[in-house]
Amino acid sequence: MTTILVFVEHQASGVKRAGLEAIGAARAVSDSVIPVLAGPGAAEAAATLAGASVALTGDTMSPDGLATDLAGLVREKGATAFLASATSAGRDVAPRVAALLDSNIFTDCVGLTAEGGEVLVQRPWLAGKIVATLRSKAPVLCATLRRNTFPAADAAGGGQVEQKPLTVGKTVLAGVAAKEGGKLDVSEAPVVVSGGRGLKEAENFNIVEELAAAFGDAATGASRAIVDAGWRPHGEQVGQTGKTVSPQLYIAVGISGAIQHLAGMKTSKVIVAINKDADAPIFKVADYGIVGDAFEVVPALTEAVKQVRAEG
Amino acid sequence: MNIVACVKRVPVTTLQPKIGADGTSLDAAGVEYMTSFYDEIAVEEAIRIKEKAGGEVTVLTIGAPSGTKEIRECLAKGGDKAVLLKDDDWATRDCHATAKALADQIGSMGADLVLCGRIATDRDNAAVGPMLAAMLGWGCVTDAVEVEVDGGKATVKREGEAGVETYTTDLPAVITCQKDLNEPRYAGLKGIMAAKKKPLEEVDFTPADNQAEVVRLELPAARPEGRIVGEGADAVPALIDALRNEAKVL
Repeated sequence: MTTILVFVEHQASGVKRAGLEAIGAARAVSDSVIPVLAGPGAAEAAATLAGASVALTGDTMSPDGLATDLAGLVREKGATAFLASATSAGRDVAPRVAALLDSNIFTDCVGLTAEGGEVLVQRPWLAGKIVATLRSKAPVLCATLRRNTFPAADAAGGGQVEQKPLTVGKTVLAGVAAKEGGKLDVSEAPVVVSGGRGLKEAENFNIVEELAAAFGDAATGASRAIVDAGWRPHGEQVGQTGKTVSPQLYIAVGISGAIQHLAGMKTSKVIVAINKDADAPIFKVADYGIVGDAFEVVPALTEAVKQVRAEG
Repeated sequence: MNIVACVKRVPVTTLQPKIGADGTSLDAAGVEYMTSFYDEIAVEEAIRIKEKAGGEVTVLTIGAPSGTKEIRECLAKGGDKAVLLKDDDWATRDCHATAKALADQIGSMGADLVLCGRIATDRDNAAVGPMLAAMLGWGCVTDAVEVEVDGGKATVKREGEAGVETYTTDLPAVITCQKDLNEPRYAGLKGIMAAKKKPLEEVDFTPADNQAEVVRLELPAARPEGRIVGEGADAVPALIDALRNEAKVL
């Protein structure tokens, strides 16, 4: 039986959903799954999981130190696969772990399937214009998994936690300037409301922000055009030279739908487009479209969403 | 300061790719190329650090000797010399083989700092930078939005999910570059002329075996046909109804 080691991320409130998804993806192909958590609060968060897990404890976060520990655990536990989430932290540490195991890494996987006794992975190329199915011939199958793609495991609790010290390497985290009001990142939010050039001016982005606020669990996104124009930070850019997102609901406001933008959001579960131009390419990928002036449609939609949310 | 900027030649981002007849490769016919978007940011950062701290910028790539237009462009912007690891099959290498080739070459060059783009916009691995750092036993910060080099250390900011993270790392180190780091310059005529005379060394190497084997390539499944629910603000109730009762996402 293949043992899979999973790097699971947590925050103060517990295990992150992306971490539960990574555990869920591992359990779908193996009965022997070992979650590993790291950093302050790791042991407490690990205790909320079912089964045996490992907590790497220490106050100093060091990505190369963490990679050394994870690679060591893969060897110690005899794991033949290593999984992490395709998050900012997961994408940072997992390639290092793979390299230390002299193995290739498959990043941002959207599929992990057992076929005829071997595990195959699916991952996007060219920002999703192509889906590649790949076979690993690496000593250890290493992969990061796209969020909102794999079913999350339950945080059943009652697990046994093995504690080990976290290694400090050559690169050390000195501090984090927390985002205002715990704003969700565009790549992790279940709802994304994005704006484009159709908004005409930077100040008009407020209608996008107000719609996102009405949902409560939404992040704001942006087309490359308005990021390059300096209206929005690059961290919000959705598309081939920005972030690839696949939320439950993606709302494109005044975005015409350049091929690079479509590549970055086409795997969203439901896509809504609001655009003045009925021929805009965005309508070709949208499930629901409204042709009209964003300045009339969006505030009306914001009010309607508020009402729905208020009704619960 | 001996700085190496790693670059990759990739298809232009406007490419609408076609799958080759074998079903496991991309059809290369008519494909136009560019230096990967984020690698241009790495080259720019290398030049800026050199302009401040002195030293030399080497542009390092893996590729075919027939496709060096993009490397010459990097030299025209201010790179001092280039090294081409000769490989006609460069486009099919997995990230392990790519990182291994770069790590072996960099290990023999005595670099203080290696800059890479955060992701190459062809296979989207975002892995080669941190992999080659781990292979060399060096420190590494990915997705940098600010880099300060001082003595034997670098202070690097990166955008994490909870906010902007500040890392310190010993040099030599590998740093991968995010878009917010800088605005790449254009090459001037003088630079373009000078680049023709700058050294471009071609190096033979034996690539590691690919550990990623392509089983098949597919175009993503077409999304089911959507519909226009209406025009203007009057269409909002119909949209809300569809999101609640049909799509069940509200």
